[in-house]
Amino acid sequence: MSFWTYANPKKFTDTVTPMIPWIFAAAGLCLATSLIWGFFFTPDDYRQGAIVKIIYLHVPSAMMGINAWFMMLVTSLIWLVRRHHVSALAAKAAAPIGMVMVLIAIGTGMLWGKPLWGTYWAWDPRLTSFLILLLFYLGYMALWSAVEDPDTAADLTSVLCIVGSVFAMLSRYAVNFWNQGLHQPASLSLDAETHVAPVFWYPLLVAIAGFVLLFIGLVFLRTRTEIARRRTRALDARAQAALAV
Amino acid sequence: MLGDYAGEVLGAYALSLGAIALIVVLSWRQARAAARQLRRAEGRHGQD
Repeated sequence: MSFWTYANPKKFTDTVTPMIPWIFAAAGLCLATSLIWGFFFTPDDYRQGAIVKIIYLHVPSAMMGINAWFMMLVTSLIWLVRRHHVSALAAKAAAPIGMVMVLIAIGTGMLWGKPLWGTYWAWDPRLTSFLILLLFYLGYMALWSAVEDPDTAADLTSVLCIVGSVFAMLSRYAVNFWNQGLHQPASLSLDAETHVAPVFWYPLLVAIAGFVLLFIGLVFLRTRTEIARRRTRALDARAQAALAV
Repeated sequence: MLGDYAGEVLGAYALSLGAIALIVVLSWRQARAAARQLRRAEGRHGQD
């Protein structure tokens, strides 16, 4: 079976509907496990004290805020090339989730930064690029709402997604390019040693898994919602056209 | 246990879990409303 069979709205809906409750259950289990484990059963950091426990929310939400935009980029490119509506609707569905993740990352980062750096905010490369990414999320959602024709809205928002990917990349790699700034190096990297002590590392991994599952569950749910709305609009438009004849 | 940072840590947890709960609840409600509207539209106009 080809991956592209899921471009069929009915096939997509029929496939994800039974999966959604299980994905949410797994996400809830991972989040509860990681947060309880991290909050109650890990020691305070020798320098940061108990404030380090924000890591189990800040790092996963920051990762998902960036990765959500990259997921939107891939689905937007699929829309531009293959014109699969499910793909465009998946990008639209993911945007509010990514925005919430970025807001969580910025909020928890501010609360973490105040005792650590003495300030809630600094125009640090990573923080600034994250703020710009938040503005791109808001602009993306506003553009979908502003354009009446859904296909035109999908085209314009796809282009915006491509442009915004520059800042998503900057958010992820800014600390590798600039030496100045308050924000510490990346906690996770595929090609470098991690900067997280082992005692915090395992609950952090479980927290990341929880956030990833939460994102997937919400994308499936919200894409299914967008497909239903599109179908309703099509039925209503067809009925109105039939009346006009 | 949290010492001087109780406010920051608990505030971060409350903010994050509240935001997650909000997006999950909103998404479920929107899904139910969309499904209801689709059923009504299919009832009015017939399915393909």
